[in-house]
Amino acid sequence: MASTRDIRRRIKSVKGTAQITKAMQMVASSKMRKAQQAAINGRPFAALSREITVHAAADATDFSHPLLEEREVRKRALIVVSTDKGLCGALNSNLLREAVKYDTAHTRFIAVGKKAAQFLARTRRDLAAEFTYRDTPTFSECQAIANCAKEMFVSGEVDQVDVLYTRFINTLSQRPDIHTVLPLGDPADKVAEHAKAHPEAAPARDYIFEPSVGGVLEQLLTYELSFQVAQLLFEAKASEHSARMVAMKNATENAQQLIKALTLEYNKVRQASITKELLEIATAQMALG
Amino acid sequence: MLKLEIVTPTGQVYAQDVDMVTLPGTEGEMGILPQHAPLITTIGSGEIVARRGLSEDRILVTGGCAEVTAERVAIIAVFATDESAIDENNAEEARKRAEARLQEKLSPEETALVQAALTHSLNQIKIKRRGR
Repeated sequence: MASTRDIRRRIKSVKGTAQITKAMQMVASSKMRKAQQAAINGRPFAALSREITVHAAADATDFSHPLLEEREVRKRALIVVSTDKGLCGALNSNLLREAVKYDTAHTRFIAVGKKAAQFLARTRRDLAAEFTYRDTPTFSECQAIANCAKEMFVSGEVDQVDVLYTRFINTLSQRPDIHTVLPLGDPADKVAEHAKAHPEAAPARDYIFEPSVGGVLEQLLTYELSFQVAQLLFEAKASEHSARMVAMKNATENAQQLIKALTLEYNKVRQASITKELLEIATAQMALG
Repeated sequence: MLKLEIVTPTGQVYAQDVDMVTLPGTEGEMGILPQHAPLITTIGSGEIVARRGLSEDRILVTGGCAEVTAERVAIIAVFATDESAIDENNAEEARKRAEARLQEKLSPEETALVQAALTHSLNQIKIKRRGR
């Protein structure tokens, strides 16, 4: 049987663990809110950028751009958005299970986050590039990722670019999801959609484009692409932090349960030793008397 | 009256009714007055000057697009900072960070991004010093 000192030592160490997990839970919950806020802050930009793109596309009817071109999909690129650190429950394993389903011969991988990079390197996938991103992803980081995807797509190396990320459903559940970012789709559809949503705002006609229609649309479409990537990263971050929050909450609860069990054990051992001592004293007295 | 809106990925920077706007277009500066012909242009790096009566607001932008219609100027920009909100220390720090990043080995697209950040911080510092 363990001595009281051993048990006391274990209680102390479990208490330390509980404190750490509790702190991590709080940090994760504040970071989750930040990621959600960042996603919301980006909305006016998305709305305005879409509006300008739609206006421009509505005016330039005979317009085509490499980023919009839909081709037969022979080879595709998959951007895997994982976390940098563990301790977030089954988030990464669920995500990477989806990544495995892609045919290795016809897929090039782009890893975002350390866990994905490690996994793809270990399983010897065709890793084209590797990116890291911070807790609140900046637009520049997303632009770098988007540019890499764009280059692969425009050069004809791949015919489609998908993003595999963890969708944020609510604080308790996140699910791996796949979103196709390239090709961007026909702008004519978007024009029609926009016209339906805002029937009162007929766009002005005969825009002057400077430096040229192509140049302006190129930039607008690049923003659109970067922005889509950014939104997906924000969502993946929010999922990560909420998953971590839940995992840490469970860990704290487990630690507290363990402390309870150990305290009970400790008291039992303590009482047993007191009883034993009393018994010894009584026996000794009886022997003397 | 022109409605001027400037939006970046981190939120809206400016929304006011103004009398005249000067934009740093990639093809050169352009002054926009109300009832301008519809125009869509890309923006380089520089200052947007918004005139309201006698006062002027200056907003620093780097990279973006602008849509001009008769009564509205809508600008999306990668970086934009209201001049009154420029903090020289912050800008100086951003400059140092960007310069340090440039020393590292970077892919071409990363270099371009860091360059843009560097230009933005340099412009901030320039404007701040000029004001003295």
